[in-house]
Amino acid sequence: MISLENLTKQYGATAVVDGVSMVIERNSITVIVGTSGSGKSTLLRMINRLVEPTRGRVLIDGADTTGEPAHLLRRRIGYVIQGYGLFPHRTVAENIATVPRLLGWDEARIRIRVAGLLSVFQLDPGAYAHAFPHQLSGGQQQRVGVARALAAEPAVLLMDEPFGALDPIIRAKAQDDLLDIQRRFGTTILLVTHDMDEAFRLGDRVAVMSHGRLLQYDRPAVLLTRPADPFVSRMTGISDRAMRLLSLTTAGEAALPGASDGPAVAASASLREVLSELMWCGAESAAVMDADGTRRGRLTIAAILARGRPG
Amino acid sequence: MPGMAAILRLAALALLLAFLLTPQSFAPLFAPLTQYGAPPIYDQGNLLTLALAHLGTVCCAAAASTLVAVGLGILVTRPSGAQFLPLSRTLVNIGQTFPPVAVLAVTVPLVGFGEKPTLIALFAYGLLPIFENTIVGLQTCPAAVLEAASGMGMSARQRLLSVELPLALPLILEGIRLSLVINVGTATIGSTVAAKGLGEVIIAGLLSNNNAFILQGGLVTGLMAILLYDALAGLERRICRTAHLD
Ligand SMILES: Nc1ncnc2c1ncn2[C@@H]1O[C@H](COP(=O)(O)OP(=O)(O)O)[C@@H](O)[C@H]1O
Ligand SMILES: [Mg+2]
Repeated sequence: MISLENLTKQYGATAVVDGVSMVIERNSITVIVGTSGSGKSTLLRMINRLVEPTRGRVLIDGADTTGEPAHLLRRRIGYVIQGYGLFPHRTVAENIATVPRLLGWDEARIRIRVAGLLSVFQLDPGAYAHAFPHQLSGGQQQRVGVARALAAEPAVLLMDEPFGALDPIIRAKAQDDLLDIQRRFGTTILLVTHDMDEAFRLGDRVAVMSHGRLLQYDRPAVLLTRPADPFVSRMTGISDRAMRLLSLTTAGEAALPGASDGPAVAASASLREVLSELMWCGAESAAVMDADGTRRGRLTIAAILARGRPG
Repeated sequence: MPGMAAILRLAALALLLAFLLTPQSFAPLFAPLTQYGAPPIYDQGNLLTLALAHLGTVCCAAAASTLVAVGLGILVTRPSGAQFLPLSRTLVNIGQTFPPVAVLAVTVPLVGFGEKPTLIALFAYGLLPIFENTIVGLQTCPAAVLEAASGMGMSARQRLLSVELPLALPLILEGIRLSLVINVGTATIGSTVAAKGLGEVIIAGLLSNNNAFILQGGLVTGLMAILLYDALAGLERRICRTAHLD
């Protein structure tokens, strides 16, 4: 659990982060969104003390982060940035081994960990362990960046626009991978983005920032249905808020008992996708199937539409 | 084309070695440049010894320049040392603009004749290229790489040694090479204050009006500069390739 208490950073007279307090739950993904210059990166960098707060404090599992030298704190916190910052003179394996080496792990343990991460991130060790960053595609570099951040099994992972440089298809894949990784390692992830779609897709909770202030911090559905501020509704988008709301619920969660002779949809599909499928097929209802092929239930257009209304 | 360059390089090296080891065999070539039966080949000292002494002086000075210039370059690119950048730059620039001959004139009364004033003059003259290249190398490390290094938990010292200096290495080496090569030529002035070196040959030629001596001193110095430049460039490429800095 990470607690930010009245966190403030001033440069000169301007507070670029202004009295932010929030509690980040363990094993969750929290996304910070806001326009460019709203103080997202500064907020994130105060957590691993790349920026020292002017006021306020950060507690990780109850312990004040100023209790140890900053560079030692950072070895326990994963950090991924836009552009990744891979070390160009080191191989992929050496890049990933950075923090374990700093922590003084023995070579055998490092080798096993690196091999494990390469396979988790779908990088064939034979082909990539000894490759250099410039020999990789953007998507591969991104994966090495995340693997490097996770190498020493940090409980907390900070990510600053980690997918910003990827094209849409690779980005969607990287987002799915991140959700997988989060489930697999149980890491507490704090991710910064200016992309609302990304925030809604990844965030268990979303924090909206503007001019250094935290406007609202809640579950995505609450941001849509009960925005605390006109800026929040502008950020979340008014014109397609019903569709966004639908995209937050899966067919499995919304399925009703009963059979359907309509198209089969996966329980993991969002209601938005199911609705689109029903419109496309001209059907009134869909059969919701679990991953193992058993029938979960059914969904009608009317039931889906009801889910797209606030309250 | 690289084949051609390699052949030229080898030929130059062979020529230099042949001349330094058996200077008398070149006597017929230089004889037309002399008058009144003066010796066609420098005969007041061993050319090989002089060339080695010359090279030794240059290398000692370069080692000292490298130590000071790289150290200073590191200092002024740290947040705590940034305030010294203008001052350091001024000092290093004076070292380059103050003529080495003038440095000799100033230092001889202080340290006496011989190698010492020459070393000081070459040291001061060779600082600038190393200093400037070190600064550029350190300042052009990609911001994301530095941010990641700190974010991973490297201390300032670890970041400098394992990220910044390796990334700046190609430029630092280039600075050292420039400094060395400039000083191979400049070191000839050391002979005016009795340092052993190839300047002796040129000065002897000037004093006795012997063009053959002047040409010999100049040729050996020039060939050494070219070969050194080439060899160091090759070494640089090899270091950068094994460290994957290209
Ligand atoms: N070191 C600094 N000195 C002065 N101003 C800064 C510094 N770092 C960031 N800022 C300013 O703080 C504001 C917030 O920056 P940042 O946290 O990077 O925003 P975001 O990540 O949301 O785009 C910007 O206006 C930026 O110019
Ligand atoms: Mg930012």
